[in-house]
Amino acid sequence: MTVAQVPRRRRRRAPSPWHLVLVPVALLMAAPLVWMVLTSLSTLEETRRFPPGLPSSLHWANYATAWHDSPMAHWLVNSAIVSVTCVLSNLVLCSMAGYAFARLRFPGSSILFIATLATLMVPFQVVMIPTLLIVKHLHLVDTLPALVLPNLATPFGIYLLRQFFLSLPVELEEAALMDGAGRLRILRSILLPLMGPPLSTVAVLTFLSVWNDFLWPLVVIASPSKMTVQIGLATFTSAHYTNWPVLMAATVLSQVPVFVLFLVGQRWFVQSIASTGIK
Amino acid sequence: MTGWAMVSPSVVLIAVFGLLPVVWAFWLSFQHNDLQTPGQWAGLDNYRQLAHDPVFRDSVRHTVVYTVLFVPITLVLSLLAAAALNRRVRGITLYRLAVFVPVVTSTIATGVIFTWLLDPDYGLVNTILAKLGLPTSGFFSSPHSALFAVVIMTVWGWVGFGALIFLAALQGIPQDLIEAAQMDGCSRSGAFWRIEVPLLRPVSGFLLVWLTINALQLFDEVYVTTKGGPLHATTVVVYYLYQQAFQFFHAGYAAAIAVVLFAVIALITLVQLRLTRDPSTAGERR
Repeated sequence: MTVAQVPRRRRRRAPSPWHLVLVPVALLMAAPLVWMVLTSLSTLEETRRFPPGLPSSLHWANYATAWHDSPMAHWLVNSAIVSVTCVLSNLVLCSMAGYAFARLRFPGSSILFIATLATLMVPFQVVMIPTLLIVKHLHLVDTLPALVLPNLATPFGIYLLRQFFLSLPVELEEAALMDGAGRLRILRSILLPLMGPPLSTVAVLTFLSVWNDFLWPLVVIASPSKMTVQIGLATFTSAHYTNWPVLMAATVLSQVPVFVLFLVGQRWFVQSIASTGIK
Repeated sequence: MTGWAMVSPSVVLIAVFGLLPVVWAFWLSFQHNDLQTPGQWAGLDNYRQLAHDPVFRDSVRHTVVYTVLFVPITLVLSLLAAAALNRRVRGITLYRLAVFVPVVTSTIATGVIFTWLLDPDYGLVNTILAKLGLPTSGFFSSPHSALFAVVIMTVWGWVGFGALIFLAALQGIPQDLIEAAQMDGCSRSGAFWRIEVPLLRPVSGFLLVWLTINALQLFDEVYVTTKGGPLHATTVVVYYLYQQAFQFFHAGYAAAIAVVLFAVIALITLVQLRLTRDPSTAGERR
């Protein structure tokens, strides 16, 4: 701590009045999640008592029950497989497409780009039923590939990376082009080191949208062993309704991976989400 | 031809899972289709039926009421939260964390947590209301309050997102602008309302449209809390679409609902694009 080095006078400065606003705001926003954790550590009797209060002791058994009564491990692994596959594929495919749309002129390039952008405007509910029929034709209903396929390359990622490449000076690549390097080679060895910020944005946004997706898995997955953690949690909820400690434990378990990632990479998460608003 | 090679994987995927389904959805909306057997041509039957379907009309009404409440509340609270989070005070990282965590919380987790928080008998919120001597509520269990409970829950889920966007925009406003105003005798709050808020107009416009589009697509939270009930009180358009397609197997009818939804959302997006291109506001972008 370097606080000790700060002159005393400055440390004694009266606390900002903004704390009076910030404390209630933060408490209100945090309360549901804090209550989730507290309930997950209570006994069933403690949640049925009036008025409710803090758990008398930390009742970790709810987590064991939630873990053993559901294929939670399966669900988490499925969600991880699906989201990591989609993230990796988006990083590769959107980089290539974004680069080509930014730098190369080829027949149909502008029409293809406009068509790609146009799909950004389409809400998923509109394409949901036909997408199910397509997946049915491919004999992929109730499989993990059905969850992956529609999310392998997203128009937003392509758009974002194209804008990024447009912002780079062409001179960076000219020398390599003269030396006869291919476009993919340029992308990999010259541009990749510069692509940290846009790639992390694509990674974060793809991860969040796929991990938290509910409607598509709900429509296309039926077997408990193929479920992602979101539909898993929803089915678990209907089965254990009113057993709140176990339900809250399951909810905590379902959220832990995202919360941990968020805490570790808060800066990237915040920047990435903020970039959706800047356009 | 490198260009073609580099875009083709993405373009093929987007064509198959983005463009083809849009055309197919329109096609389906002119059919009777049960998702199992080949569909039958229905002409405009689905649309005609839609115009006279009382449940659909109710679902539109619920969606409009929901949107009209959710969007302004979220917008205003987000702006205020962002203004408070834009201070250099001790512990600001922790405050920001508390406000932003709901952004990464899944809609399903949010639904499960709020079902418990708003439980009429043992829920925390009713307990606190009772302690304060205020009237308690049935929340999700009463047809009169269920839609409002959904508003409360989703506002909690979205305020962090709005605050995050507003905060990023506020931090992009050059500080010397505000300092100059203060030199000229403008108070800090005056500078906020007269300088920062007007500069936030483009971002507010974006958020307004973004929140509206998301409000019109409300589904997850309803599915996990009320399943459209009680007494259809929270049957919103997308929930009704889902029921028609996957519970009653009226896929053609559901596709017609989807097309109507699409038309409304496309209209909103186009109006937004027009407004942001409007020369009178163009100067304020950037």
